[in-house]
Amino acid sequence: MSDTFFSGAPHWTWFIILYFFVGGIAGGACFLAAVVDWFGGPEDRPVVRTGYSVAAWGAILSGALLTIDLGRPLRFWHMLFQSANVPALMFKGWSPISFGAWAILLFGLFAVLSALGGAAEEGRLHNPALRAVGGVVQGGLAKVVGGVAGLLGIFIAGYTGILLSVTNRPIWADSPWLGALFVASGASTGAAALILLAPGRGATEQSLARLSAFDTKALVVELLVLVLFVASLGSVNRVWIGFWGLVLLVGVVGLGIVAPLRLHLQRRPLASAAKLVLLGGFLLRVATILASEGIERYRVAAGM
Amino acid sequence: MPEPMGFFTDTTVCIGCKACEVACKEWNQLPAENGGIRELSGDSYDNTRRLDGIHWRHVRFIEQFKGPYDGRWLMMSDVCKHCVQAGCLEVCPTGAIIRTEFDTVVIQSDVCNGCRACIAACPFGVIDINPVSGTAQKCTLCYDRLKVGLEPACSKACPTDSIQFGAITELRTRAQKRVDQLKSQGVKAELYGADPNGALGGLNSFYLLVDQPEVYGLPRDPQLPTRNLAMSSSLSVASAAVLGVLALVGLRKRRMDDMGGPGEGGSN
Repeated sequence: MSDTFFSGAPHWTWFIILYFFVGGIAGGACFLAAVVDWFGGPEDRPVVRTGYSVAAWGAILSGALLTIDLGRPLRFWHMLFQSANVPALMFKGWSPISFGAWAILLFGLFAVLSALGGAAEEGRLHNPALRAVGGVVQGGLAKVVGGVAGLLGIFIAGYTGILLSVTNRPIWADSPWLGALFVASGASTGAAALILLAPGRGATEQSLARLSAFDTKALVVELLVLVLFVASLGSVNRVWIGFWGLVLLVGVVGLGIVAPLRLHLQRRPLASAAKLVLLGGFLLRVATILASEGIERYRVAAGM
Repeated sequence: MPEPMGFFTDTTVCIGCKACEVACKEWNQLPAENGGIRELSGDSYDNTRRLDGIHWRHVRFIEQFKGPYDGRWLMMSDVCKHCVQAGCLEVCPTGAIIRTEFDTVVIQSDVCNGCRACIAACPFGVIDINPVSGTAQKCTLCYDRLKVGLEPACSKACPTDSIQFGAITELRTRAQKRVDQLKSQGVKAELYGADPNGALGGLNSFYLLVDQPEVYGLPRDPQLPTRNLAMSSSLSVASAAVLGVLALVGLRKRRMDDMGGPGEGGSN
């Protein structure tokens, strides 16, 4: 028996599941937007602007979800400053939650700046202050800000998996692949969100086809990493015999990866594939978190 | 600077009276569960069942019975291990968890914001949220009592000296003598967590056991949560790099297509 079965469940449930899902989409979409911003053409601008908007709203929602989930939400700033020694900063580079708190703050800042730049580009900003900020984040500066946001974005998508691995809980600490899996899932769900939302901001068919092509590759990577994740669990895999295993197999692999892969390859309606990818990304977080959360330590210890 | 202090728990003399649990609850003013209406476990005389935010001591009852007249009770008063290398302290993002001058590990309730990272990090399942404070809590090894020269409430209350408090070096010597005594009587006794070169640099609350650690709900080889950090981070970076290259290759191919380059084959 893995030694992880003697630890206690941290009660990370729906707020955290939603955060991992939303953070993955926001991070993945921002990463793709930054790549397209740097290496795409003028016709791809709607995708770039959509990506930064998704990132900005996702970062704000992520911050809210994380704060609400705390036992003492008003003390959220204790993650950033030493509460008894303000303004000394609180930072532990080896603690994923500490690192992540700073990353989400900076990601939010750079994503919001990039989104304002994009909105100003479209002439959608009516508030003078926001228009002024958006007006500054243009051209070369916009690329730099977007590039930083993109790098922070892919970090946000993946660190949540590392955070789970840096525990002593069953499944999470029994494999080093969760971070890589969440990176791939962040990329696939980020692309899916762009496929669904970018047409509303004028994305061309060509841009969407390219997103579909990328999503296909991301799904293949995700499937490969998922196989490696499960293989690395070894004897711990017995925890999947039950409801969460069914969710992983049917929901994540079947509906969330294989079905949209078929749709992408057959060039069927992209929106249907994208919705399935989002469903799969959500169920991946649900299954990996709740399968571990549900393991009662004393029952296992007592051999029950 | 005081010496490292801790507990040596000799499980062979524990009688399961739960005086330690009561003393701990009283001294630390820990609330009752469910408003004092306790649900009985139904399958054991142990109704506390686990350590958590309002149970900092738990007398574990292990009932090993093959038949009605063939078996034994093992009892162990469980508590925070005050690890020399503590996983909870390592991951705490607020700095709420500190190491004291007595080499014990304490959660400062006025700093903790209830993120619960420490709960998942502890290999022993010691920590949980206290619903009254909304913060993570566990045994403080009665830091307030130690500061004024008193011994912790639990060891003070223990009527059989199953829980012994003292300087760690002295406790280790005493524990080894007890193991030798039991072995000479034919009892399979082993110390758990007494080795400073062992897991987590040794436990400042260590045990004398007469069965496998797992039987007592203890991991055989407890480890720090950061053992996975380097590998997990490396694989995540590799995954991000692969996806980044895939995104770039797609775009570059398209650009070459647009420029009328070497068509479908122009992917490099």
